[in-house]
Amino acid sequence: MITAWLEQLETTRIATAISESTWLFPTIETVHVLAITLVVGSITMVDLRLLGLSLRRRAIGELLDEVLPWTWASFTAAVASGSLLFASAATHYWGTAPFRAKMVLLALAGANMLVFHFAVQRRTPAAPGSEPGGAARISGGISLCLWIGIVGCGRWIGFV
Amino acid sequence: MKALIHWLGNTELSNFIKTVTWIIPGVQVVHILAISVVVASMGMLDLRLLGWAGRGHSIASFLSRFLPWLWGALLVLLLSGAILVIGEPERSLGNLVFQLKMALLLTAVCVTLGFRSLLLRDLAGGSSDLRPEHGGAARLVGGVSLCLWVGIVTAGRWIAYAG
Repeated sequence: MITAWLEQLETTRIATAISESTWLFPTIETVHVLAITLVVGSITMVDLRLLGLSLRRRAIGELLDEVLPWTWASFTAAVASGSLLFASAATHYWGTAPFRAKMVLLALAGANMLVFHFAVQRRTPAAPGSEPGGAARISGGISLCLWIGIVGCGRWIGFV
Repeated sequence: MKALIHWLGNTELSNFIKTVTWIIPGVQVVHILAISVVVASMGMLDLRLLGWAGRGHSIASFLSRFLPWLWGALLVLLLSGAILVIGEPERSLGNLVFQLKMALLLTAVCVTLGFRSLLLRDLAGGSSDLRPEHGGAARLVGGVSLCLWVGIVTAGRWIAYAG
């Protein structure tokens, strides 16, 4: 069923336009890379703060308020551009190991974020300069590893 | 340039990088992670210079917070970039888009260093932050730097497609 749906996706006008054009794919890919640098860069800032490795004079809550709107805006751009790239050769990408690995890692990063938001954050000391607790450090460390893996898989997709 | 590309492409190191299939993709991943650090930290700094974010904090504090990340990540970018160039010199050095990227990079570094020396002069003159009359220069530098970094990332991706 999925294969049929992917084949249909691949033959939509927008998907064929991308796969047939010489400049559309690289252009959308450039937007995708720019969006990912913003997602990964901003999440890294939060993760390093949770690990207690940087920005220690800033309160975690204040940093989250400042950075997360940018993270979400750029994540939306990354998903939109990534979906277009995927549509241009949906059946091919779906069958590759790095694409599947990337989606699994993205889901894990989402789950890690939910656990942090609903379970860890309220127990994390809010004052500037406070040491993050063990759970917050673990959240930050897991997030950092997952995003490195996501970028790695993303680049790997282009070589398969 | 052709001679350099030819010589570099035939060095033992270049052949080694080409024969081990995972080196180039692996180094590209490191390169992308480092550019993420640059884009995020320069994005924060440039938005502050434009007055669009972090106005409650001084420009001097933003510079001292984010410039060390820029220099650290730039070092990683130069090292990983050098490995990619040695592995595939004909794909990079002879490519017009690559040359444009290097020119944009040099400009961005000069703009940042120039602004830093302007701020340091104001601080040395007894000011607690950038002098208010230099606000226009700060906004200009923020806008130019932001455009330059977007251009650098764009050119980087297009090396694979054009030039």
